[in-house]
Amino acid sequence: MPLRLERQENVSGLRLALAPLLALVFTLIVGAVMFVALGHDPIRAFGIYFVGPLLDTYTLQELVVKAGPLLMIGTGLAFCYRANRWNIGAEGQYVAGAVVGSWLALVTHGTDAGPWVLPAMLVMGALGGALWGLIPAFLRVRFGSSEILTSLMLVYVAQLGLDYLVRGPWKDPDGFNFPQSVTFDANAVMPLLMDEGRLHGGIILALVAVVVATFVLGRTLVGYSIELGGSAPRAAAFAGFDERRVTYGVFAVSGALAGLAGIIEVAGPIGNLQPSISPGYGFTAIIAAMLGRLHPVGIVVASLVLALTYIGGEAAQISMRLPFDVTRVFQGTLLIAILAADVMVRYRVRRVEGTSHA
Amino acid sequence: MAENAPANALPASLLEAVGLTKRFGALVANDHVSLAIRAGETHALLGENGAGKSTLVKMMCGLLQPDSGELLYDGAPIVFPDPATSRARGVGVVFQHFALFDALTVVENVALGLAGHEPLATLAARIEDCVHRYGLSVEPYRRVGELSVGERQRVEIVRCLLGDPRVLILDEPTSVLTPDESESLFRTVDLLTGEGRAVLFISHKLDEVRRLCHRATVLRGGKFIAEVDPKTETASSLARLMVGAEVPRTPRTVTHQLGEPRLLVNKLNVAGDGSRGSALHDINLEIRAGEIVGIAGVAGNGQTTLFEALSGEKPVADQEAIIIDKVAAGGLGPTERRALKAGFVPEERLGHAAAPDMRLSDNVLLTTHGDGAIVRLGIIHRSALLARFQEIVRRFDVRFGGKDPKARRLSGGNLQKFVIGREVLREPVLIVVDQPTWGVDAAAAAFIRTTLREKAAEGCAVLVISQDLDELLEFTDRIAVMSEGRLTAPVPVAETSREAIGLAMGGAETGGAQTGGAHASGEGAHAA
Repeated sequence: MPLRLERQENVSGLRLALAPLLALVFTLIVGAVMFVALGHDPIRAFGIYFVGPLLDTYTLQELVVKAGPLLMIGTGLAFCYRANRWNIGAEGQYVAGAVVGSWLALVTHGTDAGPWVLPAMLVMGALGGALWGLIPAFLRVRFGSSEILTSLMLVYVAQLGLDYLVRGPWKDPDGFNFPQSVTFDANAVMPLLMDEGRLHGGIILALVAVVVATFVLGRTLVGYSIELGGSAPRAAAFAGFDERRVTYGVFAVSGALAGLAGIIEVAGPIGNLQPSISPGYGFTAIIAAMLGRLHPVGIVVASLVLALTYIGGEAAQISMRLPFDVTRVFQGTLLIAILAADVMVRYRVRRVEGTSHA
Repeated sequence: MAENAPANALPASLLEAVGLTKRFGALVANDHVSLAIRAGETHALLGENGAGKSTLVKMMCGLLQPDSGELLYDGAPIVFPDPATSRARGVGVVFQHFALFDALTVVENVALGLAGHEPLATLAARIEDCVHRYGLSVEPYRRVGELSVGERQRVEIVRCLLGDPRVLILDEPTSVLTPDESESLFRTVDLLTGEGRAVLFISHKLDEVRRLCHRATVLRGGKFIAEVDPKTETASSLARLMVGAEVPRTPRTVTHQLGEPRLLVNKLNVAGDGSRGSALHDINLEIRAGEIVGIAGVAGNGQTTLFEALSGEKPVADQEAIIIDKVAAGGLGPTERRALKAGFVPEERLGHAAAPDMRLSDNVLLTTHGDGAIVRLGIIHRSALLARFQEIVRRFDVRFGGKDPKARRLSGGNLQKFVIGREVLREPVLIVVDQPTWGVDAAAAAFIRTTLREKAAEGCAVLVISQDLDELLEFTDRIAVMSEGRLTAPVPVAETSREAIGLAMGGAETGGAQTGGAHASGEGAHAA
């Protein structure tokens, strides 16, 4: 008995809003099954994962530290995804931004160059990410290649490039042969917001990005052209919006924000350049963007939820000896559940009676 | 209502729908609709767009399942779970939109639809057979991509006939045909019914229904209205049944003087994009302020290419090839052309003229963003946008549910009124409209034509591209014909005839100077 998906014409806003919550609940159920299968009490595991981090000021700060890059990258991705351009390579743009920005920190290292270094690093990081993002945009516009594949492939190029740099030319000569750069000077690191903990200025920049993005996407002709291009490309051409310019624009914006997140992370909590500078922020931000319904404010909430899985995952590693992969499983389940919930809300499954032969 | 079911006394009802009801959410698309088709008759299904014709047909062939009511086949209840079953039982449908692969030959396309593995050679022979028997003129080994729309339709009909159907359903078959092609289709239909097959002929062209059909079932607003003998009805009495009221005719009152040329097309050439014959060759056209010029022609002869060249979606290299209000505009994009006070209405409402999944108010912005009133310094002024939106809705009587629904939720007629209103309120000096009333109910169509006439009277130049010859004869001042990428010189409507235009549509060498027609048949499909 075959099943058929039918598009529903009248989808209420309430149902659309509830879909992400439904996805969260489903993810928790899958998580519970997983914990039981691993031989853990699911209630205790959930406590460590999702409640524990909220009870401690240090972990609360960490929550914001982790949510910062997610919401910054996710906000940029909202530009792409609204335009129906599937940038999967934010992780690569994040790395590219980190590398380009760090270059300045390394060449000014030990020179006491002055307070302009950090702002210049941030600008360069954003430019680096934007340039890296423009590569798949160019390939799509010029050759029609799938930006999904090219942007993803460029992630590995960027990561391996970073790996080469920190093991080769940029390796700290006094670093006991560890693959990492020198620790950045004080004028090349993000200022802390509190005396204790790691909360740094990056979150303010991220929130500025959210406010600006909310305005641009919701109130300006640029936002309208992005939305229209994604929703009805032929109507957008008829309206006089150049599809190529929109493609370049959204990749530049999302690349810039990912790159900015990358240099902030390196100049902030990490403090120098290492082979691994991201626990998959660029990929997790995709989930944040989708979970947040491609709206900057929704992405803030989604980023906090996802940051919680990072912090809880770290806690569970320590107290329950659960591998960090469990966090990845959580995040992956959540993405699948969101996408499935979206389909279920917008479409109706209908059972087709009887036989259907070819 | 069930009691409206036609008399069941005649035993030869081949396929019968009894009290079929189908709901889509709050909308009742079919409300206890009944219809009986007898062997050997051509039965018309008449109704406006949105009357529920398509829904009824889909239920009769198994594409949709009724919520209540039943189908009788040879007098016995039957359920068609899917179209394959109905086809196997002898109910064939030719839909308006063909399901053919351009890259394959006719015989390959037909083979794809058949179960089993018949050698192509024997299948081709069967096709030839069928073609000769019914006078369909289809060459089995030609690639579908090279065929005209009429030929493609014949391929679909042949495909149906190979299944030896007892009932053949034709969904608006003549909407894509030239008058000549329609005539040959009618001959085929007569041959089919002569063999005792039943044909359900869906149309809103009243003249052809009166000529061809033995009985007609009229639907309005999803309800069965009447079953009549079309031969004893007049076009206007049928129109009244369909619409439920008298249909106003568009007044043709050319009392104003023609002014400056607003659109000049000089030797416009556009290369085709390969497979389709959509190239344009040496198009020349002049439209002056105050006149309406129509372009007739069968779809696929370059009209879309012409529209896109005029609207600026596909600018042309020769700047002088298109002159809008004295400004050379060939290389300009849509926004720049709108800045010259030109307005454009494409054929496709959903996806081209409007974004289906965006709110109607946001769709206002689609063509007004360059006008300066609503968008300033890149910022959208929502209150100005809403004011314009409400003005369009009010002045053009756009009806919909809710406050500001997505464009896709509007009916064809209301969305078209919106799209036309959006341009008219921009105060253009030139309006180019592609298929102004395609798929629009008669009342909305009349309103749209009147609106365009009024704009012309105010000094706007109007270009109307349409496949509906009756419409062009009714409300344009001059008519040109497009065929295979060439445009004949426009001829005043009073000096031409359906026959002359029909010949030119078929590509006959007329030079566009066909002026011999004795009568200008302005008799539209909707009234007499």
